[in-house]
Amino acid sequence: MAPIAEQLTRPAVRLAALTRSFGSRTVLDAIDLEIPAGQFVALLGHSGSGKSTLLRAIAGIDHDTAGSGGLSAPERVSVVFQDSRLLPWSRVLENVLLGVGKRDADGRPPAERGRAALAEVGLAGRERAWPGELSGGEQQRAALARALVREPELLLADEPFGALDALTRIRMHALLRELWQRHRPSVLLVTHDVDEAAALADRVLVLERGRISVDLEIDLPHPRSYRDPLLGEYRERLLAALGVRPDGAPATGAARDGAASAGSAGPGGES
Amino acid sequence: MAEHVSTAGPTGRSTGLSAGVVTGVVTAPRRPGGTAAGATAERPAVPPEAVVAGPGPAPGGPVAGRPRARRLGPGPRRPYARLVGPLLLLAVWAGASAAGVLDPRVLPAPWSVVRTGAELWSGGTLRTDLGTSLWRAAQGFAIGLTAGVVLALAAGLSRVGEALIDGTVQVNRAVPTLGLIPLFILWLGIGETFKVVIIAIVVYIPVYLNLHAALAGIDARYVELAEVLRFGRWRFVRQVVVPGALPGFFVGLRLAVTGSWLSLVVLEQINATNGLGYMMFQAQNYGQTQVIVLGLLIYGVFGFASDTAVRLLERRVLSWRRSLSS
Repeated sequence: MAPIAEQLTRPAVRLAALTRSFGSRTVLDAIDLEIPAGQFVALLGHSGSGKSTLLRAIAGIDHDTAGSGGLSAPERVSVVFQDSRLLPWSRVLENVLLGVGKRDADGRPPAERGRAALAEVGLAGRERAWPGELSGGEQQRAALARALVREPELLLADEPFGALDALTRIRMHALLRELWQRHRPSVLLVTHDVDEAAALADRVLVLERGRISVDLEIDLPHPRSYRDPLLGEYRERLLAALGVRPDGAPATGAARDGAASAGSAGPGGES
Repeated sequence: MAEHVSTAGPTGRSTGLSAGVVTGVVTAPRRPGGTAAGATAERPAVPPEAVVAGPGPAPGGPVAGRPRARRLGPGPRRPYARLVGPLLLLAVWAGASAAGVLDPRVLPAPWSVVRTGAELWSGGTLRTDLGTSLWRAAQGFAIGLTAGVVLALAAGLSRVGEALIDGTVQVNRAVPTLGLIPLFILWLGIGETFKVVIIAIVVYIPVYLNLHAALAGIDARYVELAEVLRFGRWRFVRQVVVPGALPGFFVGLRLAVTGSWLSLVVLEQINATNGLGYMMFQAQNYGQTQVIVLGLLIYGVFGFASDTAVRLLERRVLSWRRSLSS
Protein backbone atom coordinates (compact mmCIF):
# COMPACT_ATOMS: atom_id res chain seq x y z
CA MET A 1 0.00 0.00 0.00
CA ALA A 2 0.93 3.57 0.61
CA PRO A 3 2.43 4.48 -2.71
CA ILE A 4 0.67 7.75 -2.09
CA ALA A 5 2.03 8.16 1.39
CA GLU A 6 5.57 7.75 0.17
CA GLN A 7 5.28 10.61 -2.24
CA LEU A 8 4.36 12.88 0.56
CA THR A 9 6.68 15.41 1.96
CA ARG A 10 4.78 17.15 4.70
CA PRO A 11 1.60 16.20 6.55
CA ALA A 12 -1.58 18.03 5.63
CA VAL A 13 -2.83 18.09 9.19
CA ARG A 14 -0.76 18.01 12.32
CA LEU A 15 -2.21 18.05 15.83
CA ALA A 16 0.11 18.33 18.80
CA ALA A 17 -1.38 17.71 22.24
CA LEU A 18 -4.65 19.22 21.06
CA THR A 19 -6.99 19.66 24.00
CA ARG A 20 -10.53 20.98 23.98
CA SER A 21 -13.00 21.16 26.81
CA PHE A 22 -16.54 22.29 27.48
CA GLY A 23 -16.53 23.66 30.99
CA SER A 24 -14.93 21.08 33.24
CA ARG A 25 -15.43 18.24 30.76
CA THR A 26 -12.42 17.45 28.62
CA VAL A 27 -13.64 16.44 25.17
CA LEU A 28 -10.29 16.13 23.42
CA ASP A 29 -7.45 15.06 25.66
CA ALA A 30 -4.00 15.93 24.31
CA ILE A 31 -4.41 14.41 20.86
CA ASP A 32 -1.36 13.94 18.66
CA LEU A 33 -2.15 13.18 15.05
CA GLU A 34 -0.65 13.58 11.63
CA ILE A 35 -2.60 13.13 8.43
CA PRO A 36 -0.34 12.89 5.37
CA ALA A 37 -1.38 14.87 2.32
CA GLY A 38 -3.78 12.92 0.16
CA GLN A 39 -4.69 10.30 2.77
CA PHE A 40 -8.28 9.20 3.24
CA VAL A 41 -8.89 8.94 6.98
CA ALA A 42 -12.07 7.94 8.77
CA LEU A 43 -12.67 8.92 12.37
CA LEU A 44 -14.95 6.58 14.30
CA GLY A 45 -16.44 6.97 17.72
CA HIS A 46 -19.54 6.82 19.85
CA SER A 47 -21.72 9.87 19.93
CA GLY A 48 -20.21 12.23 22.42
CA SER A 49 -16.73 10.85 21.92
CA GLY A 50 -15.48 14.14 20.56
CA LYS A 51 -15.38 13.30 16.83
CA SER A 52 -17.21 16.39 15.74
CA THR A 53 -15.28 18.55 18.17
CA LEU A 54 -12.06 17.37 16.58
CA LEU A 55 -13.35 18.10 13.10
CA ARG A 56 -14.61 21.51 14.12
CA ALA A 57 -11.27 22.31 15.71
CA ILE A 58 -9.45 21.48 12.48
CA ALA A 59 -12.01 23.47 10.50
CA GLY A 60 -11.50 26.43 12.82
CA ILE A 61 -15.16 26.80 13.76
CA ASP A 62 -14.95 25.83 17.43
CA HIS A 63 -15.20 29.33 18.86
CA ASP A 64 -17.05 28.39 22.01
CA THR A 65 -14.63 25.75 23.24
CA ALA A 66 -11.65 26.40 25.42
CA GLY A 67 -8.50 24.56 24.54
CA SER A 68 -4.78 24.36 23.99
CA GLY A 69 -2.31 22.53 21.82
CA GLY A 70 -0.82 22.88 18.38
CA LEU A 71 -2.82 22.63 15.19
CA SER A 72 -1.74 23.10 11.62
CA ALA A 73 -4.10 22.66 8.69
CA PRO A 74 -3.84 23.56 5.01
CA GLU A 75 -4.93 26.87 3.58
CA ARG A 76 -7.76 25.47 1.45
CA VAL A 77 -10.15 23.46 3.61
CA SER A 78 -13.67 22.43 2.63
CA VAL A 79 -16.28 21.12 5.03
CA VAL A 80 -19.27 18.92 4.27
CA PHE A 81 -21.84 18.81 7.05
CA GLN A 82 -24.46 16.23 7.89
CA ASP A 83 -27.10 18.55 6.49
CA SER A 84 -26.28 19.77 3.02
CA ARG A 85 -26.41 23.35 4.28
CA LEU A 86 -27.36 24.72 0.89
CA LEU A 87 -28.72 28.25 1.14
CA PRO A 88 -32.42 27.76 0.32
CA TRP A 89 -32.69 31.17 -1.37
CA SER A 90 -29.86 30.52 -3.83
CA ARG A 91 -30.09 28.24 -6.81
CA VAL A 92 -27.95 25.13 -6.93
CA LEU A 93 -25.25 26.63 -9.12
CA GLU A 94 -25.07 29.77 -6.97
CA ASN A 95 -24.70 27.55 -3.93
CA VAL A 96 -21.83 25.67 -5.50
CA LEU A 97 -20.11 28.94 -6.37
CA LEU A 98 -20.49 30.42 -2.88
CA GLY A 99 -16.89 30.01 -1.85
CA VAL A 100 -15.31 30.51 -5.26
CA GLY A 101 -13.14 33.44 -6.19
CA LYS A 102 -13.11 35.25 -9.51
CA ARG A 103 -10.92 32.90 -11.53
CA ASP A 104 -8.93 29.76 -10.85
CA ALA A 105 -5.36 29.02 -11.90
CA ASP A 106 -6.44 28.00 -15.41
CA GLY A 107 -8.39 31.23 -15.80
CA ARG A 108 -11.70 29.44 -16.17
CA PRO A 109 -14.69 31.56 -15.15
CA PRO A 110 -16.40 30.44 -11.93
CA ALA A 111 -19.70 29.47 -13.56
CA GLU A 112 -17.94 27.03 -15.82
CA ARG A 113 -16.13 25.45 -12.88
CA GLY A 114 -19.39 25.21 -10.96
CA ARG A 115 -21.09 23.48 -13.86
CA ALA A 116 -18.18 21.07 -14.18
CA ALA A 117 -18.36 20.27 -10.46
CA LEU A 118 -22.10 19.66 -10.65
CA ALA A 119 -21.60 17.39 -13.65
CA GLU A 120 -18.99 15.48 -11.68
CA VAL A 121 -21.45 14.68 -8.91
CA GLY A 122 -24.17 13.76 -11.41
CA LEU A 123 -26.22 16.94 -11.15
CA ALA A 124 -25.70 18.31 -14.65
CA GLY A 125 -28.82 20.11 -15.78
CA ARG A 126 -29.96 20.98 -12.24
CA GLU A 127 -28.02 24.24 -12.04
CA ARG A 128 -31.14 26.40 -11.94
CA ALA A 129 -33.06 24.27 -9.42
CA TRP A 130 -33.77 25.52 -5.91
CA PRO A 131 -32.24 23.36 -3.15
CA GLY A 132 -35.77 22.62 -1.92
CA GLU A 133 -36.50 20.89 -5.20
CA LEU A 134 -33.68 18.36 -4.76
CA SER A 135 -33.88 15.06 -2.92
CA GLY A 136 -31.77 14.53 0.17
CA GLY A 137 -29.15 12.64 -1.80
CA GLU A 138 -29.04 15.27 -4.51
CA GLN A 139 -28.66 18.01 -1.93
CA GLN A 140 -25.69 16.21 -0.44
CA ARG A 141 -24.19 15.81 -3.90
CA ALA A 142 -24.52 19.55 -4.42
CA ALA A 143 -22.79 20.07 -1.08
CA LEU A 144 -19.97 17.80 -2.27
CA ALA A 145 -19.72 19.81 -5.48
CA ARG A 146 -19.51 23.00 -3.44
CA ALA A 147 -16.73 21.49 -1.34
CA LEU A 148 -14.75 20.26 -4.34
CA VAL A 149 -15.06 23.26 -6.62
CA ARG A 150 -12.75 25.11 -4.24
CA GLU A 151 -10.05 22.50 -4.90
CA PRO A 152 -9.41 21.83 -1.22
CA GLU A 153 -6.21 20.36 0.12
CA LEU A 154 -8.25 18.98 3.02
CA LEU A 155 -11.84 17.80 2.91
CA LEU A 156 -13.54 17.55 6.29
CA ALA A 157 -16.79 15.60 6.30
CA ASP A 158 -18.93 15.45 9.45
CA GLU A 159 -21.20 12.41 9.04
CA PRO A 160 -22.06 13.57 5.54
CA PHE A 161 -24.25 10.59 4.76
CA GLY A 162 -25.84 10.21 8.19
CA ALA A 163 -29.21 11.57 7.08
CA LEU A 164 -29.45 9.57 3.87
CA ASP A 165 -31.23 6.30 3.26
CA ALA A 166 -29.13 3.16 2.96
CA LEU A 167 -29.24 2.87 -0.83
CA THR A 168 -28.40 6.49 -1.47
CA ARG A 169 -25.61 6.20 1.06
CA ILE A 170 -23.98 3.34 -0.83
CA ARG A 171 -24.03 5.36 -4.04
CA MET A 172 -22.57 8.33 -2.21
CA HIS A 173 -19.75 6.17 -0.87
CA ALA A 174 -18.75 5.23 -4.39
CA LEU A 175 -19.02 8.84 -5.49
CA LEU A 176 -16.91 10.15 -2.64
CA ARG A 177 -14.20 7.60 -3.25
CA GLU A 178 -14.22 8.38 -6.97
CA LEU A 179 -13.98 12.11 -6.36
CA TRP A 180 -11.16 11.56 -3.91
CA GLN A 181 -9.25 9.52 -6.48
CA ARG A 182 -9.59 12.27 -9.03
CA HIS A 183 -8.78 15.27 -6.80
CA ARG A 184 -6.63 13.70 -4.09
CA PRO A 185 -7.39 15.95 -1.16
CA SER A 186 -6.66 14.69 2.31
CA VAL A 187 -9.96 13.51 3.73
CA LEU A 188 -11.10 13.31 7.32
CA LEU A 189 -14.45 11.56 7.37
CA VAL A 190 -16.19 11.61 10.72
CA THR A 191 -18.70 8.79 11.05
CA HIS A 192 -20.25 6.42 13.54
CA ASP A 193 -20.74 3.80 10.85
CA VAL A 194 -18.08 1.10 11.01
CA ASP A 195 -18.99 -0.28 7.58
CA GLU A 196 -18.67 3.13 6.03
CA ALA A 197 -15.27 3.70 7.61
CA ALA A 198 -13.95 0.27 6.65
CA ALA A 199 -15.22 0.47 3.09
CA LEU A 200 -13.95 3.94 2.30
CA ALA A 201 -10.88 4.84 4.29
CA ASP A 202 -7.22 3.91 4.01
CA ARG A 203 -6.81 4.59 7.69
CA VAL A 204 -9.36 4.43 10.47
CA LEU A 205 -9.04 6.18 13.81
CA VAL A 206 -11.23 5.40 16.79
CA LEU A 207 -11.80 8.21 19.21
CA GLU A 208 -12.66 7.11 22.71
CA ARG A 209 -13.07 9.47 25.65
CA GLY A 210 -11.12 12.22 23.98
CA ARG A 211 -8.18 10.04 22.94
CA ILE A 212 -7.36 8.11 19.82
CA SER A 213 -7.58 4.51 21.00
CA VAL A 214 -7.09 2.78 17.64
CA ASP A 215 -5.16 3.86 14.58
CA LEU A 216 -5.66 1.21 11.91
CA GLU A 217 -4.43 1.22 8.32
CA ILE A 218 -6.75 -0.70 6.00
CA ASP A 219 -4.59 -2.18 3.31
CA LEU A 220 -7.20 -3.38 0.82
CA PRO A 221 -7.67 -2.40 -2.81
CA HIS A 222 -10.63 -0.39 -4.04
CA PRO A 223 -13.45 -0.79 -4.83
CA ARG A 224 -13.91 -2.94 -1.75
CA SER A 225 -16.46 -5.69 -1.58
CA TYR A 226 -18.51 -5.96 1.57
CA ARG A 227 -18.14 -9.74 1.16
CA ASP A 228 -14.36 -9.63 1.33
CA PRO A 229 -13.46 -11.66 4.45
CA LEU A 230 -10.44 -9.45 5.02
CA LEU A 231 -12.68 -6.40 5.18
CA GLY A 232 -14.82 -8.34 7.61
CA GLU A 233 -11.82 -8.81 9.86
CA TYR A 234 -11.10 -5.11 9.89
CA ARG A 235 -14.74 -4.41 10.65
CA GLU A 236 -14.76 -6.78 13.57
CA ARG A 237 -11.64 -5.26 14.99
CA LEU A 238 -13.17 -1.81 14.76
CA LEU A 239 -16.44 -3.02 16.26
CA ALA A 240 -14.55 -4.58 19.12
CA ALA A 241 -12.72 -1.30 19.65
CA LEU A 242 -16.10 0.39 19.88
CA GLY A 243 -17.28 -2.16 22.41
CA VAL A 244 -19.60 -4.20 20.18
CA ARG A 245 -19.20 -7.97 19.89
CA PRO A 246 -19.59 -9.56 16.42
CA ASP A 247 -23.08 -10.81 17.29
CA GLY A 248 -24.12 -7.25 17.96
CA ALA A 249 -24.43 -7.47 21.74
CA PRO A 250 -22.38 -5.09 23.82
CA ALA A 251 -19.16 -6.51 25.17
CA THR A 252 -19.15 -7.76 28.74
CA GLY A 253 -19.15 -5.13 31.40
CA ALA A 254 -19.74 -1.49 30.60
CA ALA A 255 -19.46 -0.96 26.86
CA ARG A 256 -17.03 1.87 27.29
CA ASP A 257 -14.64 -0.09 29.49
CA GLY A 258 -14.80 -2.94 27.02
CA ALA A 259 -14.00 -0.58 24.21
CA ALA A 260 -11.02 0.88 25.98
CA SER A 261 -9.51 -2.50 26.76
CA ALA A 262 -10.25 -3.84 23.29
CA GLY A 263 -8.54 -0.84 21.82
CA SER A 264 -5.39 -1.24 23.86
CA ALA A 265 -5.41 -5.01 23.55
CA GLY A 266 -5.26 -4.85 19.78
CA PRO A 267 -1.59 -4.20 19.09
CA GLY A 268 -2.01 -5.49 15.57
CA GLY A 269 -4.24 -2.57 14.94
CA GLU A 270 -1.86 0.08 16.17
CA SER A 271 0.45 1.51 13.60
CA MET B 1 -39.32 9.29 2.20
CA ALA B 2 -41.73 9.77 5.05
CA GLU B 3 -44.09 11.65 2.81
CA HIS B 4 -43.94 8.90 0.27
CA VAL B 5 -44.89 6.33 2.85
CA SER B 6 -47.65 8.37 4.41
CA THR B 7 -49.40 9.13 1.14
CA ALA B 8 -49.17 5.57 -0.06
CA GLY B 9 -51.57 4.27 2.56
CA PRO B 10 -54.70 6.35 2.16
CA THR B 11 -54.39 6.91 -1.57
CA GLY B 12 -56.79 4.16 -2.48
CA ARG B 13 -59.43 5.51 -0.14
CA SER B 14 -59.00 9.19 -0.89
CA THR B 15 -59.13 8.79 -4.66
CA GLY B 16 -62.61 7.43 -4.26
CA LEU B 17 -63.74 10.32 -2.09
CA SER B 18 -62.04 13.25 -3.69
CA ALA B 19 -60.81 12.15 -7.06
CA GLY B 20 -61.69 15.50 -8.56
CA VAL B 21 -59.48 17.36 -6.13
CA VAL B 22 -56.64 14.93 -6.39
CA THR B 23 -56.42 14.84 -10.15
CA GLY B 24 -57.40 18.44 -10.66
CA VAL B 25 -54.23 19.79 -9.12
CA VAL B 26 -51.47 20.12 -11.64
CA THR B 27 -50.54 23.61 -10.60
CA ALA B 28 -47.14 23.40 -8.94
CA PRO B 29 -44.50 22.81 -11.61
CA ARG B 30 -41.82 20.53 -10.30
CA ARG B 31 -38.33 19.65 -11.43
CA PRO B 32 -37.80 22.27 -14.11
CA GLY B 33 -35.25 20.14 -15.91
CA GLY B 34 -38.00 17.66 -16.46
CA THR B 35 -35.60 14.98 -17.54
CA ALA B 36 -34.34 12.80 -14.78
CA ALA B 37 -36.42 12.42 -11.67
CA GLY B 38 -35.98 10.02 -8.80
CA ALA B 39 -34.04 6.96 -9.73
CA THR B 40 -32.29 8.20 -12.85
CA ALA B 41 -31.23 11.43 -11.18
CA GLU B 42 -29.22 9.41 -8.72
CA ARG B 43 -25.86 8.25 -9.94
CA PRO B 44 -26.08 5.54 -12.54
CA ALA B 45 -22.59 4.16 -11.88
CA VAL B 46 -23.24 1.94 -8.92
CA PRO B 47 -20.42 -0.41 -8.03
CA PRO B 48 -21.37 -4.10 -8.15
CA GLU B 49 -21.05 -4.68 -4.40
CA ALA B 50 -23.73 -2.11 -3.81
CA VAL B 51 -26.23 -4.56 -5.23
CA VAL B 52 -25.01 -7.19 -2.84
CA ALA B 53 -25.30 -4.92 0.14
CA GLY B 54 -28.79 -3.72 -0.59
CA PRO B 55 -31.02 -6.60 0.55
CA GLY B 56 -34.28 -5.26 -0.82
CA PRO B 57 -35.24 -5.26 -4.48
CA ALA B 58 -36.04 -2.15 -6.50
CA PRO B 59 -33.14 0.19 -5.96
CA GLY B 60 -33.56 3.85 -6.68
CA GLY B 61 -34.75 6.99 -4.96
CA PRO B 62 -38.28 7.88 -3.94
CA VAL B 63 -40.80 7.66 -6.74
CA ALA B 64 -41.57 11.11 -8.07
CA GLY B 65 -45.28 10.98 -8.59
CA ARG B 66 -47.38 13.75 -10.07
CA PRO B 67 -48.09 16.57 -7.62
CA ARG B 68 -51.21 16.10 -5.63
CA ALA B 69 -52.92 17.97 -2.86
CA ARG B 70 -51.55 17.44 0.60
CA ARG B 71 -54.03 15.32 2.51
CA LEU B 72 -53.84 17.42 5.69
CA GLY B 73 -53.28 20.70 3.87
CA PRO B 74 -55.95 23.27 3.19
CA GLY B 75 -56.25 22.11 -0.41
CA PRO B 76 -55.19 23.66 -3.67
CA ARG B 77 -55.00 27.40 -4.22
CA ARG B 78 -57.52 29.07 -6.52
CA PRO B 79 -56.67 32.30 -8.30
CA TYR B 80 -58.47 35.38 -6.97
CA ALA B 81 -59.92 33.27 -4.13
CA ARG B 82 -59.21 36.14 -1.77
CA LEU B 83 -61.86 38.22 -3.54
CA VAL B 84 -64.65 35.77 -2.75
CA GLY B 85 -65.31 37.05 0.79
CA PRO B 86 -65.51 40.77 -0.08
CA LEU B 87 -67.65 40.10 -3.15
CA LEU B 88 -70.04 37.95 -1.14
CA LEU B 89 -70.37 40.73 1.42
CA LEU B 90 -71.13 43.16 -1.40
CA ALA B 91 -73.76 40.81 -2.80
CA VAL B 92 -75.49 40.49 0.58
CA TRP B 93 -75.45 44.26 0.96
CA ALA B 94 -76.90 44.80 -2.52
CA GLY B 95 -79.51 42.12 -1.97
CA ALA B 96 -80.62 43.57 1.35
CA SER B 97 -80.85 47.07 -0.13
CA ALA B 98 -82.83 45.88 -3.13
CA ALA B 99 -85.22 43.97 -0.90
CA GLY B 100 -85.76 47.11 1.15
CA VAL B 101 -84.50 45.49 4.36
CA LEU B 102 -81.83 48.20 4.81
CA ASP B 103 -82.90 51.71 5.73
CA PRO B 104 -80.93 53.99 3.33
CA ARG B 105 -80.34 56.42 6.21
CA VAL B 106 -78.52 53.66 8.08
CA LEU B 107 -76.74 52.09 5.14
CA PRO B 108 -77.43 53.34 1.61
CA ALA B 109 -77.54 50.93 -1.31
CA PRO B 110 -74.30 50.22 -3.16
CA TRP B 111 -75.53 51.87 -6.32
CA SER B 112 -76.42 55.09 -4.54
CA VAL B 113 -72.94 55.13 -3.04
CA VAL B 114 -71.44 54.61 -6.50
CA ARG B 115 -73.66 57.38 -7.90
CA THR B 116 -72.52 59.74 -5.15
CA GLY B 117 -68.91 58.80 -5.96
CA ALA B 118 -69.44 59.58 -9.65
CA GLU B 119 -71.00 62.95 -8.81
CA LEU B 120 -68.22 63.91 -6.44
CA TRP B 121 -65.62 62.76 -8.96
CA SER B 122 -67.02 64.83 -11.82
CA GLY B 123 -67.39 67.76 -9.41
CA GLY B 124 -63.65 67.51 -8.75
CA THR B 125 -63.76 67.34 -4.94
CA LEU B 126 -63.31 63.57 -4.70
CA ARG B 127 -60.37 63.71 -7.10
CA THR B 128 -58.61 66.30 -4.93
CA ASP B 129 -59.39 64.52 -1.66
CA LEU B 130 -58.25 61.17 -2.99
CA GLY B 131 -55.07 62.60 -4.48
CA THR B 132 -54.20 64.35 -1.23
CA SER B 133 -54.77 61.22 0.84
CA LEU B 134 -52.74 59.01 -1.50
CA TRP B 135 -49.87 61.48 -1.56
CA ARG B 136 -49.80 61.70 2.24
CA ALA B 137 -49.84 57.91 2.60
CA ALA B 138 -47.14 57.46 -0.06
CA GLN B 139 -44.81 60.06 1.46
CA GLY B 140 -45.20 58.75 4.99
CA PHE B 141 -44.82 55.18 3.82
CA ALA B 142 -41.67 55.87 1.82
CA ILE B 143 -40.00 57.74 4.67
CA GLY B 144 -41.07 55.19 7.29
CA LEU B 145 -39.94 52.26 5.17
CA THR B 146 -36.53 53.78 4.54
CA ALA B 147 -36.06 54.68 8.18
CA GLY B 148 -37.17 51.23 9.36
CA VAL B 149 -34.81 49.40 7.00
CA VAL B 150 -31.81 51.62 7.73
CA LEU B 151 -32.30 51.45 11.50
CA ALA B 152 -32.86 47.70 11.48
CA LEU B 153 -29.74 47.08 9.41
CA ALA B 154 -27.69 49.34 11.66
CA ALA B 155 -29.00 47.67 14.80
CA GLY B 156 -28.86 44.15 13.40
CA LEU B 157 -25.38 44.26 11.94
CA SER B 158 -23.41 46.10 14.61
CA ARG B 159 -23.36 45.99 18.39
CA VAL B 160 -22.90 49.77 18.58
CA GLY B 161 -25.96 50.25 16.39
CA GLU B 162 -27.94 47.84 18.53
CA ALA B 163 -26.94 49.63 21.72
CA LEU B 164 -27.95 53.00 20.32
CA ILE B 165 -31.02 52.11 18.34
CA ASP B 166 -32.85 49.08 19.68
CA GLY B 167 -33.75 50.40 23.11
CA THR B 168 -34.75 53.75 21.66
CA VAL B 169 -37.11 52.16 19.17
CA GLN B 170 -38.64 50.02 21.90
CA VAL B 171 -39.38 53.16 23.92
CA ASN B 172 -40.84 54.81 20.84
CA ARG B 173 -42.98 51.77 20.27
CA ALA B 174 -44.33 51.88 23.82
CA VAL B 175 -45.56 55.46 23.30
CA PRO B 176 -48.86 55.40 21.39
CA THR B 177 -48.06 57.17 18.15
CA LEU B 178 -51.47 58.79 17.90
CA GLY B 179 -50.83 60.24 21.35
CA LEU B 180 -47.99 62.19 19.80
CA ILE B 181 -50.39 64.13 17.57
CA PRO B 182 -50.91 67.13 19.92
CA LEU B 183 -47.17 67.52 20.45
CA PHE B 184 -46.42 67.24 16.76
CA ILE B 185 -49.04 69.83 15.91
CA LEU B 186 -47.37 72.23 18.34
CA TRP B 187 -43.95 71.45 16.85
CA LEU B 188 -44.73 71.21 13.17
CA GLY B 189 -47.97 73.10 12.75
CA ILE B 190 -51.20 71.68 11.41
CA GLY B 191 -49.93 71.41 7.81
CA GLU B 192 -48.83 68.39 5.85
CA THR B 193 -45.54 67.80 7.65
CA PHE B 194 -46.92 66.48 10.90
CA LYS B 195 -49.29 64.11 9.09
CA VAL B 196 -46.49 62.65 7.03
CA VAL B 197 -44.28 62.31 10.11
CA ILE B 198 -46.99 60.48 12.06
CA ILE B 199 -47.58 58.07 9.17
CA ALA B 200 -43.83 57.52 8.86
CA ILE B 201 -43.60 56.63 12.56
CA VAL B 202 -46.51 54.20 12.29
CA VAL B 203 -44.82 52.60 9.28
CA TYR B 204 -41.24 52.36 10.49
CA ILE B 205 -42.00 50.51 13.72
CA PRO B 206 -43.31 47.22 12.25
CA VAL B 207 -40.67 47.35 9.52
CA TYR B 208 -37.92 47.81 12.08
CA LEU B 209 -39.21 45.21 14.55
CA ASN B 210 -39.69 42.46 12.01
CA LEU B 211 -36.53 43.09 10.02
CA HIS B 212 -34.45 43.33 13.19
CA ALA B 213 -35.89 40.10 14.54
CA ALA B 214 -35.25 38.41 11.20
CA LEU B 215 -31.66 39.62 11.14
CA ALA B 216 -31.11 38.40 14.68
CA GLY B 217 -32.69 35.07 13.82
CA ILE B 218 -30.44 34.10 10.91
CA ASP B 219 -29.77 30.38 11.24
CA ALA B 220 -26.43 29.85 13.00
CA ARG B 221 -25.71 26.96 10.64
CA TYR B 222 -25.52 29.38 7.73
CA VAL B 223 -23.21 31.64 9.70
CA GLU B 224 -20.97 28.63 10.26
CA LEU B 225 -21.08 27.83 6.55
CA ALA B 226 -20.06 31.39 5.71
CA GLU B 227 -17.12 31.02 8.08
CA VAL B 228 -16.04 27.76 6.49
CA LEU B 229 -16.27 29.35 3.05
CA ARG B 230 -14.17 32.28 4.32
CA PHE B 231 -16.76 34.89 3.44
CA GLY B 232 -15.88 38.52 3.96
CA ARG B 233 -18.32 40.67 5.89
CA TRP B 234 -19.88 42.23 2.82
CA ARG B 235 -20.34 38.90 1.06
CA PHE B 236 -21.84 37.43 4.23
CA VAL B 237 -24.36 40.26 4.47
CA ARG B 238 -25.25 40.11 0.78
CA GLN B 239 -25.57 36.35 0.37
CA VAL B 240 -26.69 35.13 3.78
CA VAL B 241 -28.05 37.90 5.98
CA VAL B 242 -30.19 39.90 3.57
CA PRO B 243 -31.85 37.00 1.72
CA GLY B 244 -32.32 35.17 5.01
CA ALA B 245 -34.05 38.17 6.56
CA LEU B 246 -36.35 38.91 3.63
CA PRO B 247 -39.27 36.72 4.80
CA GLY B 248 -39.36 38.63 8.09
CA PHE B 249 -39.06 41.92 6.25
CA PHE B 250 -42.17 41.17 4.23
CA VAL B 251 -44.18 40.47 7.37
CA GLY B 252 -43.20 43.94 8.55
CA LEU B 253 -43.95 45.46 5.18
CA ARG B 254 -47.50 44.16 5.15
CA LEU B 255 -48.16 45.45 8.64
CA ALA B 256 -46.69 48.78 7.58
CA VAL B 257 -48.95 49.09 4.55
CA THR B 258 -52.03 48.53 6.68
CA GLY B 259 -50.67 50.88 9.33
CA SER B 260 -50.21 53.71 6.89
CA TRP B 261 -53.89 53.58 5.89
CA LEU B 262 -55.06 53.31 9.49
CA SER B 263 -53.14 56.35 10.64
CA LEU B 264 -54.32 58.27 7.59
CA VAL B 265 -57.97 57.76 8.61
CA VAL B 266 -57.34 59.05 12.10
CA LEU B 267 -55.22 62.01 10.99
CA GLU B 268 -57.67 63.19 8.39
CA GLN B 269 -60.65 62.91 10.66
CA ILE B 270 -59.07 64.93 13.43
CA ASN B 271 -56.95 67.57 11.80
CA ALA B 272 -57.42 68.20 8.12
CA THR B 273 -58.97 70.56 5.63
CA ASN B 274 -58.95 68.08 2.78
CA GLY B 275 -58.48 64.40 2.12
CA LEU B 276 -60.79 61.41 2.33
CA GLY B 277 -61.09 61.56 6.10
CA TYR B 278 -62.04 65.22 5.92
CA MET B 279 -64.66 64.42 3.28
CA MET B 280 -66.21 61.83 5.58
CA PHE B 281 -66.08 64.15 8.58
CA GLN B 282 -67.91 66.83 6.65
CA ALA B 283 -70.48 64.31 5.45
CA GLN B 284 -71.21 63.42 9.07
CA ASN B 285 -72.12 67.06 9.74
CA TYR B 286 -74.54 67.07 6.84
CA GLY B 287 -75.90 63.59 7.43
CA GLN B 288 -74.67 62.24 4.08
CA THR B 289 -74.40 58.57 4.92
CA GLN B 290 -73.57 57.58 1.34
CA VAL B 291 -70.48 59.85 1.35
CA ILE B 292 -69.23 58.26 4.58
CA VAL B 293 -69.76 54.81 3.15
CA LEU B 294 -68.01 55.91 -0.04
CA GLY B 295 -64.97 57.01 1.96
CA LEU B 296 -64.91 53.75 3.86
CA LEU B 297 -65.18 51.79 0.62
CA ILE B 298 -62.28 53.69 -0.89
CA TYR B 299 -60.13 53.04 2.19
CA GLY B 300 -61.07 49.39 2.02
CA VAL B 301 -60.27 49.04 -1.66
CA PHE B 302 -56.94 50.80 -1.35
CA GLY B 303 -55.96 48.85 1.74
CA PHE B 304 -56.84 45.60 0.04
CA ALA B 305 -55.06 46.57 -3.18
CA SER B 306 -51.85 47.65 -1.45
CA ASP B 307 -51.78 44.50 0.65
CA THR B 308 -52.27 42.43 -2.50
CA ALA B 309 -49.44 44.31 -4.20
CA VAL B 310 -47.09 43.50 -1.33
CA ARG B 311 -48.20 39.87 -1.43
CA LEU B 312 -47.43 39.63 -5.15
CA LEU B 313 -44.05 41.25 -4.62
CA GLU B 314 -43.36 38.82 -1.80
CA ARG B 315 -44.23 35.84 -3.96
CA ARG B 316 -41.90 37.08 -6.66
CA VAL B 317 -38.97 37.86 -4.41
CA LEU B 318 -39.36 34.76 -2.25
CA SER B 319 -40.06 32.40 -5.11
CA TRP B 320 -37.70 29.87 -3.53
CA ARG B 321 -40.28 29.40 -0.77
CA ARG B 322 -43.19 28.74 -3.07
CA SER B 323 -42.77 25.00 -2.78
CA LEU B 324 -43.63 25.29 0.92
CA SER B 325 -46.61 27.63 0.85
CA SER B 326 -48.43 26.33 -2.21
